[in-house]
Amino acid sequence: MTERIVIVGGGTGGSVLANDLADRLGPELDAGDVEVTLINDGPDHVYKPVWLYVPFGKREPADGRRALDELVDDAVDLRIDRVSEIDTDSQTLRFDGTAPSMEYDRLVLATGSTLEPEQIPGLVEGGHDYYSESGATDLREELLAFTEGEIVLSVIGTPHMCPAAPLEFVFMIDDWFRERGLREDVEVTYTYPIQRVHGNPHIAEWARPIMEERDIAVETFFNAESVDPDAETITSMEGTELDYDLLVSIPPHGGVDLIEEAGLGDDGWVDVDKHTLEAEAADNVYALGDTADTGVPNAGSVAHYQAGVVGQRLASEIRGRPATATYDGKTLCFIETGMDSASFVEFDYENPPSPAPPSEKLHWSKLAYNEAYWLTARGLL
Amino acid sequence: MTDIEPDDTVDARGAACPGPLMDLIGAIRSAESGEVVRLLSDSDGSLTDVPEWAEEAGNELLAVEELDDHNAFYVEKA
Repeated sequence: MTERIVIVGGGTGGSVLANDLADRLGPELDAGDVEVTLINDGPDHVYKPVWLYVPFGKREPADGRRALDELVDDAVDLRIDRVSEIDTDSQTLRFDGTAPSMEYDRLVLATGSTLEPEQIPGLVEGGHDYYSESGATDLREELLAFTEGEIVLSVIGTPHMCPAAPLEFVFMIDDWFRERGLREDVEVTYTYPIQRVHGNPHIAEWARPIMEERDIAVETFFNAESVDPDAETITSMEGTELDYDLLVSIPPHGGVDLIEEAGLGDDGWVDVDKHTLEAEAADNVYALGDTADTGVPNAGSVAHYQAGVVGQRLASEIRGRPATATYDGKTLCFIETGMDSASFVEFDYENPPSPAPPSEKLHWSKLAYNEAYWLTARGLL
Repeated sequence: MTDIEPDDTVDARGAACPGPLMDLIGAIRSAESGEVVRLLSDSDGSLTDVPEWAEEAGNELLAVEELDDHNAFYVEKA
């Protein structure tokens, strides 16, 4: 009997896993003992870290898009459809429209994050972001026209994709205006929901003095409650009101609704064993990347490492062996500290991050990895 | 044991800092004024960051219940 492995989501986690399985289960796929299907709601794979550079005119959204059928091994069945229901009892997926349903033996959910700016009244009208293609290009137009005034970067949603990106943005914007001789006319304020500037205390401790040196104002314990686009103010649950001329936000994030509807977890995040990545509420279901509620950052490196773990576990299960591979929380991240310098962190469940001294070499390493990423998506790096 | 009846309970056991505080903030965000949210957390960080945030936001931390392997925080939305 053919074992049917179905992966939902063609982002970093889903694509790396599909290629990992094509490689790892090559003989079984050739023999027809296993089928691997990757389902995505569009034909393209999108590499989101490119968006950080779009507002500064350094990259284009198209640089972060490639057709999935060029990235994914031919041994994988690629299906472009939108899943509308997961039934974990009958192990069946249903789809939008008239597409026939699909049964699975093993399911991997890699559906990722979606933006929910409408949660905050006024944010859609008053805020900008670089967490979407359209947001990044709109913000580019705003920034190019901006020569003086107050820029507020407000982290509203947590967890959010790429936890370092808000720090990177304010470090880059400081440098960008400085290099153009405009920094004295531009005020930059960074807000964060808790009592420090980043969720991870070690990264927060490292970043705060740099922000002070660079004259980046900080508002902590700031949880945006509403935005008034006419008055150009943002107000927090804690009662602080900030004026802005340009508001850049990290909007609230959520997972896809069908996960909660399937009883797999709240807000679109699947409750999983944080080591095995197996869903707690259903058998034969894994989750990875942003979708897996492990408490580690929602980052591409996490999805990449988790895909390797899930790939090994699925291969073991298919071959009737005990699955021993586990995820140790490994996270790796470059952090831009300006337009031509960056730091680097690596950490896991047991070992905290210790940011490397910023250097031009690390900045170029980050840019080089962003190019090499396409090898990662193909399962080669 | 407290006899406070919460309107909502957030179980953040197993989540590392700042997960429990963010879960609490999310629940308070959707609560009505006067409602009580109970946060269950086994993160030591919650013992400091929950009282700090409650004070900053003007919400009242009614009680902290020390249980076997976690704490229960009762926060009333202002």
